[in-house]
Amino acid sequence: MVKRRRRRAAPERTVIFLNGRIVGSHPDGKSLANRLRERRRTNELSNQVNVYYNSRLNELHILTDKGRVRRPYIVVENGKSRFTSEIATRIRNNELNWNHLVKMGIIEYLDAQEEENSFIAIKEEELTPEHTHLEVDASNIFGVVAGVLPYPEHNSSPRITMACAMAKQSLGIYSTNFGTRYDTRAYIMYYPQQPLVQTSLYKALNLKDKSAGQTCVVALTSYHGYNMADAIVVNRSSIDRGLHRVGMFKTYETEERMYPGGQKDKIELPTPEVVGYRGEEAYRHLAEDGIVMPESDVSSKDVLVGKTSPPRFLEEISVFGAVEEKKRESSLSLKSGEKGKVDSVLITEGPSGNRLVKVRVRSVKVPEIGDKLASRHGQKGVIGLLVPQEDMPFTKAGIVPDLVVNPHAIPSRMTAGHLLETLGGKAGSIGGLLMDGTAFGGSTEEEFHAILKKNGFDEHGEEVLYDGLTGKQIKVKLFIGVVYYQRLHHLVSNKMHVRSRGPVQLLTHQPTEGRAREGGLRFGEMERDCLIGYGASMLIKERLLEESDKTVQLICTECGSVATHDYARNRDICPICQSENVEPVEISYAFKLLLDEIKSLYIFPRIVLKDKG
Amino acid sequence: MKTTKRQSVKIPPFEAVGVVCAQSIGEPGTQMTMRTFHYAGVAEHVPTGLPRLIEIVDAKKEPKKAIIDIYLKSSYARSRADAEKVAKELASVFVSDVADVEDDLETLTIKVIYNEKDGKAQGVSYSALRKALEESFPGDVKSSEPELMLRPAKETKVAKTGEKKEKKITAKSVRKLTQKVRDTLVRGVRGIHKAVVIKGGEDYFVRAGGFNVLGACLNPAVDQKRIYTNNIKEIERIYGVEAARNAIVREIKDVMDMQKLFVDIRHIMLIADAMTYSGYVKSIGRHGLSGEKVGVLGRAAFEETIKHLINASAFAEEEKLIGVTENIIVGQTVPVGTGKIKLVMKTTKKK
Repeated sequence: MVKRRRRRAAPERTVIFLNGRIVGSHPDGKSLANRLRERRRTNELSNQVNVYYNSRLNELHILTDKGRVRRPYIVVENGKSRFTSEIATRIRNNELNWNHLVKMGIIEYLDAQEEENSFIAIKEEELTPEHTHLEVDASNIFGVVAGVLPYPEHNSSPRITMACAMAKQSLGIYSTNFGTRYDTRAYIMYYPQQPLVQTSLYKALNLKDKSAGQTCVVALTSYHGYNMADAIVVNRSSIDRGLHRVGMFKTYETEERMYPGGQKDKIELPTPEVVGYRGEEAYRHLAEDGIVMPESDVSSKDVLVGKTSPPRFLEEISVFGAVEEKKRESSLSLKSGEKGKVDSVLITEGPSGNRLVKVRVRSVKVPEIGDKLASRHGQKGVIGLLVPQEDMPFTKAGIVPDLVVNPHAIPSRMTAGHLLETLGGKAGSIGGLLMDGTAFGGSTEEEFHAILKKNGFDEHGEEVLYDGLTGKQIKVKLFIGVVYYQRLHHLVSNKMHVRSRGPVQLLTHQPTEGRAREGGLRFGEMERDCLIGYGASMLIKERLLEESDKTVQLICTECGSVATHDYARNRDICPICQSENVEPVEISYAFKLLLDEIKSLYIFPRIVLKDKG
Repeated sequence: MKTTKRQSVKIPPFEAVGVVCAQSIGEPGTQMTMRTFHYAGVAEHVPTGLPRLIEIVDAKKEPKKAIIDIYLKSSYARSRADAEKVAKELASVFVSDVADVEDDLETLTIKVIYNEKDGKAQGVSYSALRKALEESFPGDVKSSEPELMLRPAKETKVAKTGEKKEKKITAKSVRKLTQKVRDTLVRGVRGIHKAVVIKGGEDYFVRAGGFNVLGACLNPAVDQKRIYTNNIKEIERIYGVEAARNAIVREIKDVMDMQKLFVDIRHIMLIADAMTYSGYVKSIGRHGLSGEKVGVLGRAAFEETIKHLINASAFAEEEKLIGVTENIIVGQTVPVGTGKIKLVMKTTKKK
């Protein structure tokens, strides 16, 4: 049964709300709304007032509150835009500006509520007598992120979504005051460029001063299989010249913490008497105050700030009976696998009034195999091979691509915008001008064709290339052009991780987890199932025991409990039955732990030993 | 050495067939879409894909939507009209389907108002309704107005006068009886509903909701040798485990086929065998197969760890370290594949 919602009959007189409060009633709310709007357009009412009529409930809402999000539209009357060509010319002659248009009632701001009463056309050609408003520009339907993508109307929507997500990960100039900031992690591109194909929003936001990406010559072809499956072959010589080079800033910080009992950490150069002293070598970059010298080359595990803490337990009584102040080492050091130069040091006070030291370390991140690049069309890829310029394909003019992208990346994803940008970028670089890639408008393919043709290039952007390795002409013409590529902040050097030996967990004696702890990769349940499926018994044992938490435990042959070695008398003894009939047995430490936990449940597990036969 | 096909297909000793089987069904299982296809004819939504697979493997007493395929003897199966007639005979029609039943607590009577529209749709006449009620409640059907039989609203009064016991009629018993009257079967087989005729090859057969195999077999037109239901427990009850095993294989195969996934039939057969080898259908999981593992550690590793450990301690159970999991926990080689092969060497003394 379909549940029918009972609808309350709308009142006969329109109820009028001002900012959500009832202020009165009116016999005809709809015409009142229209009259109010007309008054707003003639400046008898403030242009910040919005009117919304709900015909279902017969309610009229007048909104003057703060905090409403409003956006501008061109007013439409009888299917005619109020923004006429005559007005356009007056603007061009600098007789009118935006504020004039708002005053004249040509442009008005609508909030979310009043939009419900409106019928808004996106393009002027679409206008019908029913329309009430017109979008100022068709590309305004995009927000700030999608608005800077070139030619989104030529791409499939999922790719636009991806391009938006990736644009936020691109490395460039994130802030113009980066030199004075202490962000925990920050990247600055060495030679950022503005794209050759821009949008009106890109210009409006003045993004060329904060750009994040570089213009690359891109050839669309394969290269010995090194650009399969979204890999990108990159010209090593371009990288040597600084292509997509970024610098990374990383800030380390430490604080002189206060402890209950009036004790305090101390930032100083630790002396060898300190518990956990790391050896002279580790402190070699420290000045007398225990803080690194700026511009010193530091690498993994070097101490940046020397610090000592009071002992964890109070009054550790020494052999002589006197309370000895044994300090603990708690220096701040560079994480393993990292290296760089100390960029600057900041000494301030923390939020709780403690002395706080921040050390900013800088390092250069040159693009390498595995780093991620993306165009503004959701076309991402990782660098698959770095090829010296000599080995790259080249045109008769001697142009060598920076990037070789596999053509298989295009058809299934339907990113025609990428191709259009390739062409537009090429035309722009040859013609020496910026191209307009604004959505639903901007420069057309024909314009690009004309520019290319005029300059003696193939109008479709295809060129004869020569194989860099053999020098032979490649039998087909290749599509080659100029595309704006972004370097994304997924750098292999920040992710790469291997382990053959390393730390283990205290509780289980199993290898630690995670890159930060130099951990191993988990050989999980499903992986184990696969080995069982193969019947590879010995391999399972190696993975799960030998390479993990193997221990030798002494087991009492009489009571079956875990026995111990008595070092004082140099004998093995069972602590439960005092028997000396004890055998060493290879088990996993996790099993020993399990036995202990079972014992804590008040269950006594016994191990019955048998000779392996 | 020449190897025959049989030899090449033979499974080597200590091969972990269970794991291979589980993976072979589990992996395509991850690709199963939640999109469900519909059984032709039956308007109800029948679980297919993953939900149905879980249903089968859990050995549910009754599938969410039971279906019965009733094949007909050749004399009935040739024409759609004949099959349609049998379908009508099989589908259950209750009093409440063709009439409005109201109780009058003042006079302690129950009014059954025949609804001609519904009755016509179901093919139940006023007299058939009256006959069914008279059979179910002999002597109770009192008044009738046969001349109004054809009129849209017809009244039949069924008064309750307790047969032998002379029990006093109360409002409460009338209420109870009303429900009974509503549930009185006018025609068809109880537990079989919404029968539809479907053409399968040359012949027509009836597909219906429900699973009353025995009830359906009473109809002389039904071919008792070819009746089938997707209720595995019912198959086990009537035809035995072997039939249930085959039904499990068939049902799982159907699920995989419907999703266009291919799994070797032998894997499915192994699952069916594992579920039925004990002589009755049991589920895979805590309450069935996995719950009956020999080793304490193996059971504790699967589910309800503490419960198994405590029970084992209460009965001084001994872990024989037979299973795979148990040996992994302890840290020994696993008794499958290479781990089970032992080398026996005779050492002859040198003289």
